[in-house]
Amino acid sequence: MSRDNDPLIRLGGLEKYFGDYHALRGIDLDIGAGEFFSLLGPSGCGKTTLLRVIAGFEGVDAGTVAIGGRDMTRVSPNRRPTNMVFQSYAIFPHLSVGRNVGFGLRKVSGDAAEKRKRVDEALEMVGLAGYGDRAAHALSGGQRQRVALARALVLRPKVLLLDEPLSALDKKMREQMQVELIRLQRQVGITFILVTHDQEEALVMSDRIAVMFEGSIAQVAEAEALYRRPIDRRVAEFIGVMNFLPASISDGVVEVAGLGKIVADDLQSTAATNGAPVAGFRPETATILFPGQDAPGRIAEGRIAEVVYYGDMTYYDVRLDGCDKPVRISMRNVFGRPVLEIGAQARLSWSPGAVTLFC
Amino acid sequence: MLRAYTLAFLVFLYAPIALLPIFAFNSGTVIAFPLDGFTTRWFSAVFSNRELHAALGNSLFVAVLSAVLSVLLGLAAARANIRYRFRGKTAAMGLIMIPLVLPEIIVATSLLVVIVRFLNLPLSLWSLIAAHVLICVPFAVAILNASFQALDPALEEAAIDLGETRASTFRRVTLPLVMPGIVASLLISFTISLDEFIIAFFLTGSDVTLPVYIWSLLRFPKQLPIIMALGTLLVLASVLILTIAEWMRRRGLARAGKNDSGGFL
Amino acid sequence: MQQDTKRGLTLIAPPLGYAVALLAVPLIAIVIFSFWTQDYLTIDRTLSLRNYREALTDPIYGAIMLRSLGISGSVTLITVMLAFPVAYFVSFRVPPAHKSLWLFLITIPFWTSYLLRIFLWKVILGYNGVVNSVLTGIGLIDEPLSWILYNANAVVITLSHAFAPFAILPIFVALEKIDRSLLEASRDLGENAMTTFLRVTLPLAAPGVVAALLIVFIPTVGDYVTPAQVGGAGGTMIANVIQAQFRDLNNAPLGAALSVLAMLIVTVLALGTIWIARRLSGGRD
Repeated sequence: MSRDNDPLIRLGGLEKYFGDYHALRGIDLDIGAGEFFSLLGPSGCGKTTLLRVIAGFEGVDAGTVAIGGRDMTRVSPNRRPTNMVFQSYAIFPHLSVGRNVGFGLRKVSGDAAEKRKRVDEALEMVGLAGYGDRAAHALSGGQRQRVALARALVLRPKVLLLDEPLSALDKKMREQMQVELIRLQRQVGITFILVTHDQEEALVMSDRIAVMFEGSIAQVAEAEALYRRPIDRRVAEFIGVMNFLPASISDGVVEVAGLGKIVADDLQSTAATNGAPVAGFRPETATILFPGQDAPGRIAEGRIAEVVYYGDMTYYDVRLDGCDKPVRISMRNVFGRPVLEIGAQARLSWSPGAVTLFC
Repeated sequence: MLRAYTLAFLVFLYAPIALLPIFAFNSGTVIAFPLDGFTTRWFSAVFSNRELHAALGNSLFVAVLSAVLSVLLGLAAARANIRYRFRGKTAAMGLIMIPLVLPEIIVATSLLVVIVRFLNLPLSLWSLIAAHVLICVPFAVAILNASFQALDPALEEAAIDLGETRASTFRRVTLPLVMPGIVASLLISFTISLDEFIIAFFLTGSDVTLPVYIWSLLRFPKQLPIIMALGTLLVLASVLILTIAEWMRRRGLARAGKNDSGGFL
Repeated sequence: MQQDTKRGLTLIAPPLGYAVALLAVPLIAIVIFSFWTQDYLTIDRTLSLRNYREALTDPIYGAIMLRSLGISGSVTLITVMLAFPVAYFVSFRVPPAHKSLWLFLITIPFWTSYLLRIFLWKVILGYNGVVNSVLTGIGLIDEPLSWILYNANAVVITLSHAFAPFAILPIFVALEKIDRSLLEASRDLGENAMTTFLRVTLPLAAPGVVAALLIVFIPTVGDYVTPAQVGGAGGTMIANVIQAQFRDLNNAPLGAALSVLAMLIVTVLALGTIWIARRLSGGRD
């Protein structure tokens, strides 16, 4: 997505307390026009509070919120160019679908026919054409979500805020809505800010992701950068799966338990950690070699401790020689090749370029 | 067996009320079996009794004002209770709800002492309204608590997010969704006030309410059949009002998309 | 947050102010008043313990207070025991769609003409009343029974009737809250229907039962209409005495002292019940 030099949203030095609880700690963040941006983190990390600060539902104790170059810190939610899709969808139960979608148009100029047309267009955009006269409480979960989207988008906001919009849906519906949200965002071209605790959802949907812990932003990056070069061990643990092995460093050489020595310059990246130094690699960056198979990378020897079969994939836990803790390796299953068994000897092919050092 | 017991219990509950119409249409003047014959003259007497009409007028005045004031206060209390957090809320709500578990004679005597002995004011229908509001507010709060509880706070936020002010949000979203609870609590408060005797006996002056008037009639055996006729009409009115209240309450729950979980209280 | 607190306080102010002005202040006033004394037609405003001395030393007040507590206690126990199966039936046996109809049927008599209901019990229990007519009619007795009206029994029956819905509703609410899978778990772990009821249902319903006990006991102590109508001389309760002191005997300060004593005793008993219930349920509330 194109990002101008002037961001659409600029958050500076945000601090927020709920009584003694420090909910937001010095948040600085720029979000560009037309970006699909996600706030990702475990529950209680402050991501929803941050979204509600942008929407104007929560005031802040320090810092500024600017939208479109204007200071909005003290502007009430009804005067901000943002609209929200609530976690519960907040569909007005006493109004029809059409009246729900048209709710915010009351204060917009234009005659009734024009507003009707806007409502119909919005409903069509979310795939609910012809649903205008339905009663709101007769809708399914997925339909309520679409009404909530139409209701927010009909006002043509600069920013659409989505508070865990997919958490109430089942897995199939969630995956379908992910794709639709991406399509919708490209279609309307406005900034979407999504709050989610589901790292997979954030990776799939977002242009950029802010990972939050305990009221602070740990890292802001595009999905791949976040996955491959996490800034610290918390981010690495929260995003996807990573194997951690004890490591020690001397004279530019890293000694990793089970893997052996690596020249520091060969590593993918280095990141921060609170504890002892560890080396980490993702399960898909190593492969178990089948008898007679050869590979360009380095080899580590071990034994298979556990096999978890997923249909298209198999996860193997491999206990490497010289290391007690097994590492997880994910392998795509190939037709005609049997799945390895527990206790079998395993030759692991891995690459220093896929290893991140946390020290 | 449990069902049979419950049905027997219902018979026990309804037995006294079932007798009302029987004696209201009985031509004998003694309220006892065996019955004498059919008559409607007790009803005619009800419709021509001036004192009774005056008492009914007083009762309606007290009940309407008590209901309106109770529900206004109840709305504020229930809204504050469900929607906001602040220090001392539990204690404040406790004090507001106490009349629910306070013997009515304590409410009656303590208000009597304040009005007559401390303020030196004459008793009037207003002193009774003051007391009735006090005992009706907890019932209104109980019903409205449920109404506000069923209201997703995100609905009000959504309205504000869509451009409404706090005032117009209350008018366009909150009020329509809480309205069934408001009507139900109005009707319940009205019914309580209309039927209340223990406090009314202490706090009414020369203008009496219907229950106080009925009490004065109970001493005169000749008047008893008229009371039976009056009682029959009152029971019919109460059942009608309560049916509407219950219907409104259920409609409110249905609107908010909630399942029904029980009756009043 | 700050603003929310302010809004909450603004909203609670009118109802709270009302409760303070018309409940808290009058309760303080009646306590002060109870220390004044009646001097023929005037009130002596010097603080004195005379009313309390009289209330506590004259044996008649003590006897009536004890009888009141006895009658209210029996009413409470009988009402709650009669109510429990009804609440259980509605909660566990009635299909969910019909529950509110049953509750509605149960509550209706409670809302209708309090005075007339009491009076009609007189008709039912009287010398020529329904019960006696039926019993003599079918030849079970020759003489109408006279011991069923104008005594404590009649008061107990009438009050139990009046407060039945008050007892049923809190027990019903407590039973409704019980997760039905707990009962299945108990059966799965080897308990039969009866022991499941005793070991799971009953303890979980205890808060509702305690609420029912209190909600019936407290107002019945303060009732003076039922004893006056169906109680006769042997059914007089403390509220009748208080009412008489205020209205007829014209010794309002003594009436106030009796009110304060009754309120204290009721409060102590109520708090005691709650305390015991907490102890029995192992600190849960």
